[in-house]
Amino acid sequence: MEVRSGPLLAHAEVFFVGDEKEGSEKVSNLQGLRCKECGTEYELEARYVCEQCFGPLEVAYDFSGIDAAEAKRKIQAGPAGIWRYADFLPFDERPKDPLEPGLTPLVKADRLAERLGIGEVWVKNDAANPTHSFKDRVVAVAIAKAKELGFQTIACASTGNLANAVAAHAAAAGLESYVFVPADLEEQKLLATGVYGTRLVGVRGNYDDVNRLCTELAETRPWAFVNVNLRPYYAEGSKTIAYETIEQLGWSLPDRIVCPIASGSLFTKLGRGISEWLEVGLVEGELPAFHGAQAEGCNPVAEAYAEGWEVCKPQRPDTIAKSLAIGNPADGPYAVELARATGGSVEAVTDEEIAAGIRLLAETTGIFTETAGGVTTAVLAKLAEAGTIGADDRVVAVITGEGLKTLDAVRAGHRVEEIDPSLDSFEREIAPASPATVAV
Amino acid sequence: MAVTVKIPTQLRAATGGEAEIEVEGGTVGEALDAVFDAHEGLRERITEDGTLRRFVNVYVSGEDIRFRDGLDTELNDGDEVTILPAVAGG
Repeated sequence: MEVRSGPLLAHAEVFFVGDEKEGSEKVSNLQGLRCKECGTEYELEARYVCEQCFGPLEVAYDFSGIDAAEAKRKIQAGPAGIWRYADFLPFDERPKDPLEPGLTPLVKADRLAERLGIGEVWVKNDAANPTHSFKDRVVAVAIAKAKELGFQTIACASTGNLANAVAAHAAAAGLESYVFVPADLEEQKLLATGVYGTRLVGVRGNYDDVNRLCTELAETRPWAFVNVNLRPYYAEGSKTIAYETIEQLGWSLPDRIVCPIASGSLFTKLGRGISEWLEVGLVEGELPAFHGAQAEGCNPVAEAYAEGWEVCKPQRPDTIAKSLAIGNPADGPYAVELARATGGSVEAVTDEEIAAGIRLLAETTGIFTETAGGVTTAVLAKLAEAGTIGADDRVVAVITGEGLKTLDAVRAGHRVEEIDPSLDSFEREIAPASPATVAV
Repeated sequence: MAVTVKIPTQLRAATGGEAEIEVEGGTVGEALDAVFDAHEGLRERITEDGTLRRFVNVYVSGEDIRFRDGLDTELNDGDEVTILPAVAGG
């Protein structure tokens, strides 16, 4: 199995002295915040909603001054994590980060590809981040921006992985934090949040209730809610998965990407990241087909895609994939647009298929993912089965989190065979000795 | 019905800074119309062609009105109607 953690580690130590030309004046790529709906522009501050039309704001850049060859050299000489892409993130200077995420392995999954009849499958294993999910990327960006804006307290509404990341990165930065989660979250995710010394608040309700509460709190508390008032910056961190994937594929693009959808932010930002590098000339080709993956027990984006709707109808989630259990997805309409525009799709799978997906990935790649990764793998299998993805395709599956966080999903999938500590017991209960074995 | 409509900070420029507005209305739609009558600038910010824009969430006593009857959701005396941005979370 080929694993590409980047051709880059050998260069990692030189960036401190070699990444800026001496005496050159850095020109900012940052333009401000811009409404995705009506285009109204705002300063780079803790703001996430357009006052004119209530649309979402995102960071606007001007990359016209970037030379592709120079940008590539600078990236390759950069640190071994997300900050090597600082020129494409909302900062004029590369932030100091004691817990830098990123540069997770891109694994060529030949046995999985063979099992499914797909040309090439690459697994982007984002469980290999400091708190074992892709949320480290978005939180690193949000906290760096929160510090720049002068916030002392970090907060979030989370389905679990974000809770882990906010608590950890706030601890590393020495900032106070409040983490709001549905009270019935998986125990592993609660423990892996509380250990960092955060104020962990279990809300009696589902994620959408937690999110509403945090949206209201963000109006009255002077806190940096990473996925509310800092969301335009936070979301930018997801682009780094796209950049890494391109770099790890030798500065090329896959034909298709399969990615889980909760709010739709990760999904759409992968598209944005690739578009930016196509624009700058760091990669050639066209946007891959984007396939979104949801659980049937919470599939508002898949439903909107299937029904041809422009908006998502909110749902009350009921699925084992709790990290994807957002019934009212903020970026749902944009996710549908991206899937349609690229010739992709948005699919949903059952809880049984999710558990089978976790096992399929584990058995063919040695990667143990959480339920969201089970959703992604199950959708990949479903698309292969339907013939949508086949022998001519190079596919990247985005695996966003770690299996140890959702153990309940796989409890029924295996059994322990218990024996006495003797050869006799082993041969009787497990594997009788064959004549050949005895001869040896 | 006398109800309270809560206005998010992003829209308070259009209400002269008012965070809560007391209005009369039998449904969410009627209550919002009463708010728009008092503060005309709000109408175009959160509605388009007579319906809510796609990034606007409206709750009655904490419940998203899309789980009820949308703008036709009936109100009781003393209900709280909360307008919030839909672009948070995830």
